Amino acid sequence: MAITVSNLTKLYGEEKAIDDISFEVKSGEILGFLGPNGAGKTTTMKIITCYMPPSSGSVTVDNLNISDHSLAVRKKIGYLPELNPLYLDMNVVEYLDYAAHLHGMEKSRINHQLKEMIEVCGLHDVRHKDIGELSKGFRQRVGLAQAMIHDPDVLILDEPTSGLDPNQIIEIRNLIRHLGRAKTVILSTHILPEVQATCDRVVIINEGKIVADGTPNQLQQDFQGSELLTIELKASSSNPMEDLFPKIKSHHEVLSAEYQPIGNEMHRFTVKLNQGNDIREKIFRQAVAEGWVILEMHRRVTSLEEVFHKLTMTPADDDGEKSPSVN
Amino acid sequence: MTSNLKNVKPIFLKELRSYFNSAVAYVVIVVFLVIVGWFFTSDLFLMNIASLRMMFEIIPAVFLFVIPAITMRLLSEEKKSGTIELLTTKPLTDVEIIAGKFLAAWALVGIALLPTLLYYITIASLGNIDNGPVIGGYLGLLLMAGVYVAIGLFASSLTENQVVAFILGFVFVFALYMLDKILFYLPGWLASIVEFLGIDYHLSNIARGVIDTRDIIYFLSALLFSLYVSVLSLQRRNW
Repeated sequence: MAITVSNLTKLYGEEKAIDDISFEVKSGEILGFLGPNGAGKTTTMKIITCYMPPSSGSVTVDNLNISDHSLAVRKKIGYLPELNPLYLDMNVVEYLDYAAHLHGMEKSRINHQLKEMIEVCGLHDVRHKDIGELSKGFRQRVGLAQAMIHDPDVLILDEPTSGLDPNQIIEIRNLIRHLGRAKTVILSTHILPEVQATCDRVVIINEGKIVADGTPNQLQQDFQGSELLTIELKASSSNPMEDLFPKIKSHHEVLSAEYQPIGNEMHRFTVKLNQGNDIREKIFRQAVAEGWVILEMHRRVTSLEEVFHKLTMTPADDDGEKSPSVN
Repeated sequence: MTSNLKNVKPIFLKELRSYFNSAVAYVVIVVFLVIVGWFFTSDLFLMNIASLRMMFEIIPAVFLFVIPAITMRLLSEEKKSGTIELLTTKPLTDVEIIAGKFLAAWALVGIALLPTLLYYITIASLGNIDNGPVIGGYLGLLLMAGVYVAIGLFASSLTENQVVAFILGFVFVFALYMLDKILFYLPGWLASIVEFLGIDYHLSNIARGVIDTRDIIYFLSALLFSLYVSVLSLQRRNW
């Protein structure tokens, strides 16, 4: 059940919320839709779910155009809107039953799906409670159960873990992983570890434009360029710049290196390497051969966090950092 | 704009249930019984008039504030809480959504009117009653309620604030109710048009027991027009 988004643009008045974006989600894929707040994630999702039409461009779900086959498309989609709106005065079963009826499901299928969703989402103990009485974690499960009550092929989840505590986040993530196995999923977030933990592929969007598209690993590699290795040694040397430094630098992978004395017979080297070149083992053997003692050695790879920051940094953010903080 | 009764039903049932789950339904029913009962009994005992005329005159005034109160949350609350996004991304047309909500609120008014039949039974057991005006009266009240509910629903679609929805709804229905009471100030040629637009004029026609197609057409077209603009208002998100 593939989704194709092509040249999608949405204008709010003069302002472009999203600007000519195109991407594809393959059947069975979990796509992470990443971007800072206000980047256009929610707008894109609202268009795909037929909540509002695009200003231009088109979306197809399973080869059905959303503007021509709106009702057919909506049947295939399960949607968890941003902030997970719910009818707080209904109890869990009533609400799921209502959602199922709105999808025009048959009575027997509703009963089956209702049981299944309550089971899978762990709602058994709260099924007769009013949604308004539930904790945020449970509400999120109710939202997910609602989105999946009709066993849709496509799941669209707008910030499914926002506002949850770390344990709940892990629970919900596992749930999405578990439920998303046989489905095409688009989930939006501004939390990076989420993408690494749950998604097969990432689309990063900023100011209405797509700035990166690939698997989490791919993005990491594309944008890291280099990695840094920090080595701290203990070695007796009267002139470390001439004794030690050239030896460390002699490895052919090394792009550049810096030296810094850090105390009596202790030396720190910071070595820049091409990505994917791990020389820690070589350094270890070298140290053994030379009689150095390794005090510390660690390798730093650009994280997806940094990729994201690099891609979505706007001049406004820089100003924000310079301005004095309040109290 | 198509609609399928199968899709209207769950919305209708959900809204009606939520009236009875909250206090709204009971408050409405009690308000009706108390106000109507007051005028009915004061007629009966103080003036020795055994008639339903007073009841049919007072209920339209009660409708003026009760119906906007019934309809105020129908769409505004969904907009405020964001559930409108859930509802409008389900495989339903906007017409079905509006129809379900309209029918639920209308049904509640119908249910609230039922206990007033007690007064009819009382009168009927006291003496002979002309059934024509009673049937006409109830039919007129139901049609009038339909128009008010549709207008109230439209008011609710305009805002996410329930209080604003109530006030707007009240102003709209009050204007419609007052139209044929300001004729005095209007030039003759305009007066007959305004009179025809006023809802009370048509209600009093029907309440006399004369069921005229012109009045029925008036009520139905006012009702459908209000529902139509409600649908348009719901579709505003598309613009």
